[in-house]
Amino acid sequence: MPSFKDTFLKYDWNQIKHDIYTKQPADVERALVKTHRNLEDFKALISPAADAYLEDMARQSKALTLQRFGNNIQLFAPMYLSNECQNICTYCGFSLGNKLPRKTLNPNEIDREVAALQSMGFKHILLVTGEANKTVGLEYFKKVLRQIRSDFAHISMEVQPLDEDEYRQLIPLGLHAVLVYQETYHQKDYARHHPKGKKSNFFYRLETPDRLGRAGVHKMGLGVLIGLEDWRVDSFYVALHLKYLEQTYWRTKYSISFPRLRPFSGGLDPKVEMTDRQLVQQITAYRLLNPDVELSLSTREKTSFRDHVFQLGITSMSAGSKTNPGGYATAPESLEQFEISDERSPSEIVALIKSKGYEPVWKDWDVALEHGEIRTEAI
Amino acid sequence: MENLQIADRTFHSRLILGSGKFSSAKLMRDSIQASGTELVTVALKRVDMQSQNDSMLEAVGEVGLLPNTSGVRTASEAVFAAELAREALQTNWLKLEIHPDPKYLLPDPVETLKAAEELVKKGFIVMPYIHADPVLCKRLEEVGVACVMPLGAPIGSNKGLKTADFLEIIIEQSQVPVVVDAGIGAPSHAAAAMEMGADAVLVNTAIAVAQDPVNMALAFKLAVEAGRMAFESKLGAVSHAASASSPLTSFVDA
Repeated sequence: MPSFKDTFLKYDWNQIKHDIYTKQPADVERALVKTHRNLEDFKALISPAADAYLEDMARQSKALTLQRFGNNIQLFAPMYLSNECQNICTYCGFSLGNKLPRKTLNPNEIDREVAALQSMGFKHILLVTGEANKTVGLEYFKKVLRQIRSDFAHISMEVQPLDEDEYRQLIPLGLHAVLVYQETYHQKDYARHHPKGKKSNFFYRLETPDRLGRAGVHKMGLGVLIGLEDWRVDSFYVALHLKYLEQTYWRTKYSISFPRLRPFSGGLDPKVEMTDRQLVQQITAYRLLNPDVELSLSTREKTSFRDHVFQLGITSMSAGSKTNPGGYATAPESLEQFEISDERSPSEIVALIKSKGYEPVWKDWDVALEHGEIRTEAI
Repeated sequence: MENLQIADRTFHSRLILGSGKFSSAKLMRDSIQASGTELVTVALKRVDMQSQNDSMLEAVGEVGLLPNTSGVRTASEAVFAAELAREALQTNWLKLEIHPDPKYLLPDPVETLKAAEELVKKGFIVMPYIHADPVLCKRLEEVGVACVMPLGAPIGSNKGLKTADFLEIIIEQSQVPVVVDAGIGAPSHAAAAMEMGADAVLVNTAIAVAQDPVNMALAFKLAVEAGRMAFESKLGAVSHAASASSPLTSFVDA
């Protein structure tokens, strides 16, 4: 079956890196005056040569985002269901080697978390788990979706990659979007960071968006963990992946996130430091390449940075996030995945968004709009 | 200026507003007021139907509400959404939008025709958003839609009437009102559509993301009125040659 793997194997990491690092100011200028930009232009926009053009990029990115998305910022919150994990990942607080108590929420605890999130105003929710297929697998997800589908307007998931058939079973239960980050597209480094567990299978993860696309998911989120490898090259691969997916699964909507490595229990220092200025470059480069892709910013980023950068291309933000299961109401002390940086409450984030002339959007979907008849039968 | 008749309703204004991109509910309310519109379309996905005081609906206020099905990908999803809207918002008016391509939001003609036929049978006043396809417009007319809403350019592009040649054919052939929807980015585009003979225009992005949306809404109101008045006043024909004062054939009558 054709997949992104075929495309991926045609590209060489070192060649891409060379292309990016040898871009000249003229390449950047050419990219900046175009209305439709290609991947070659994107290489210029994420190159060191583009640093001098950051203001131009930011202005164009802001204008494009306003035109396509209006003055709206979508709000969402993660809800961590479990921190159990069978993988060893060098950069993650949930890693199997991290000998700390594990927790998976039961239905009562989920109800309490839902109530807490609803009281804050959230209607878009992102369900997050580690990767523990035996205890937190398909059947657990089905139960959770059935339990909470009527509580939220939009349900996304960031869990272990699943098989196509498993996605097909979850989508009619209210699963609208799936986020799956490749972490890094550098195969050797990927193997070094994921020595044990199902996640060590680079290509199974790489082909997850293909399985999602074939299963008919409404939206999928891509990204890499910034800090594991050269962010410029990894960004190119995300853009390449996005282009392939948009052409292949054209009914699906796409989003990109920019998670930078954050401190966690037993943590790893980033191999590659990305400055705030570089993150702005990355965000605006994606917007200039693709005016329609959703760009999401998490509470990993510090307050002062989020206050400004959200106006330069971002379309959705998390707020008031807890990265541990039960963090909102039932088990505030459980093991978290990473430390968040922006600890402001959702109401403070709303006030910030409004103060900058934007409209905080709590609801931009309705589970009732999907698969009406099928969904009713699936309950 | 003549009134506009769509289904059983009469409108004085020929400007319909979209609601998705304003920076606040207050700005949206003020823009609606300045535009003089009597019909505002609201995406069902943005409405909190469990809430008694949804900010989108409050902003629309007393103006006619036109729910739209933005986000659905198939005819069956559109029909389901329409019934949900009718029940929750107490209106059988519906802007039918089926665009399975979330990138350019271009309408699916096959699913739209299928959904329109079923929705008309179910008693909806259907206003379908479509590509500027003259044949599709006639097919939709045959199944009983209240108007057709062909696009001028991709949604949100502000590019104007890129489909002008096809809009002219649609306007010439249509027996239901023609509302140019999508792509209108400046009051001059709206005026051009009205001069061409369109019955109304729908505008969102051009007003909502303007630096001064309220003033821009007023500008569109005036442009739509001017364009319509020009159409009703019968514009002079365009000629690329001068009219000779000494005709070549004058000798035949001499």
